[in-house]
Amino acid sequence: MHIAKAFLSVLKRDVTVAFRHRNEIFNPLLFFSLVTLLFPLGIGPSPKLLQTIAPGILWVAALLAALLAADNLFRSDYEDGTLEQLVLSPQPLSLMVTAKVLAHWLVSAVPLLLLTPLLAVSFGLDAPTIGVALLTLLLGTPVLSFVGAIGVALTVSLKRSGMLLALLVLPLYVPVLIFGSNAIDTAASGLPVNGQLYLLAAMLVLAVTLAPLAIAAALKMSVSQ
Amino acid sequence: MNSNASHVNSVAMKNPGFFTRWFHRMASPVWFYQISGKLLPWLWVLFAVLLVTGLYGGLVTAPADYQQGDSFRIIYVHVPAAWMSMFVYMVMAVSGAIALIWRMKLAEMVMVSCAPIGAGFTFIALVTGSLWGKPMWGAWWVWDARLTAELILLFLYLGVIGLYSAIEDKRMASRAVAILALVGIVNIPIIHYSVEWWNTLHQGATVTKFDKPSIHIDMLIPLLLMAGAFKVFFAISLLLRTRNELLERELPRQWVKQLVEEKDG
Repeated sequence: MHIAKAFLSVLKRDVTVAFRHRNEIFNPLLFFSLVTLLFPLGIGPSPKLLQTIAPGILWVAALLAALLAADNLFRSDYEDGTLEQLVLSPQPLSLMVTAKVLAHWLVSAVPLLLLTPLLAVSFGLDAPTIGVALLTLLLGTPVLSFVGAIGVALTVSLKRSGMLLALLVLPLYVPVLIFGSNAIDTAASGLPVNGQLYLLAAMLVLAVTLAPLAIAAALKMSVSQ
Repeated sequence: MNSNASHVNSVAMKNPGFFTRWFHRMASPVWFYQISGKLLPWLWVLFAVLLVTGLYGGLVTAPADYQQGDSFRIIYVHVPAAWMSMFVYMVMAVSGAIALIWRMKLAEMVMVSCAPIGAGFTFIALVTGSLWGKPMWGAWWVWDARLTAELILLFLYLGVIGLYSAIEDKRMASRAVAILALVGIVNIPIIHYSVEWWNTLHQGATVTKFDKPSIHIDMLIPLLLMAGAFKVFFAISLLLRTRNELLERELPRQWVKQLVEEKDG
């Protein structure tokens, strides 16, 4: 009961903080749409080509947006000492960080999901494919948040950790990227995508159950420095 | 009853089993330094024997491939390096787990020493693979699953090296790297099963199919010898690196000072 209450209060606090600093919500969104805008400009406006590469573009943009957003997941809490209090609190740290990552996903990834249909239409994807794209993002982006949080937890005490974070986290994002974009690609050619969706769901289960332990261990290490 | 139990317990504490004693002795830096120093010359000899026989078998006595001609001989470097690239990661992750659970300093040093060696093996596997790919596939690089996974493995190693060098306090850095290595181990099965997951250009496994290996026995024996040579070479470089790391960390200790004095005197 206490644990549930603590979980909810951390979740509520983080969402409230994010809503008071609106740019934390809008920056990933702007970044996501800007990156997707760059591809047609760089490659050319041919609708057929854009349709073929749309799944990859959407997923790569989502990946980069997640990476960018992950950087301020623990940063301000580390700087003002909130994180130390969280580590010292009697509640299990892995659960508390789950609440934090969940809040982070709600404010940074869910808006992205809402914008996706719009971008997908501009690339000429049809309605069923857009549905699949949304499903893969719904299953995949929490994995990105959880895995990214491990990297952030490891590097939060370092001064300039941007490049290092990318080096640590992007290789771990690869399986999600492969199955996510592959599912959209397969759906665009009218084939069933159950397999890819199941695999993404499996990764989600794995990330939700195991990543918090790694995040908690890494945070304890970072805070004790 | 209760006192009896505690009595039994204290006896067990006084006479630890063979394994426990070995485990604790392993953790002692001095003991490790002495034993590894005695072991190294023998490992060099074993390495030289395996390397010479393996290379002779692979480059001279093994028949040319009916399809690939003599270019297939690069497998005697490529395949052992690729095997080692994954094996070293396993060693790194296991010693990382030991370092995290028992806070054993020696395991930390072994783990940290693994990363550059593993990155080296991965790099060799990638370069030799691309040298082989040019005449066989007609391209230096193909975006095939196994190649890509190997490249990702290289980045995982580089991430470990980068993280370790970014954190000032080396004990903290070791803990961070141990966590990262355990997280990265998720990637190893993906590399291994990618052959089955995506059916692509890279030829499937030819050696591990025990029922009916699709490689000729005269080609297989040198390959296994070379694999042995690579493994011994890994052991040698791991011991050397760990000894180095050990001396650096234990610099203020008495036994290191004595060692230096002995060398000077």
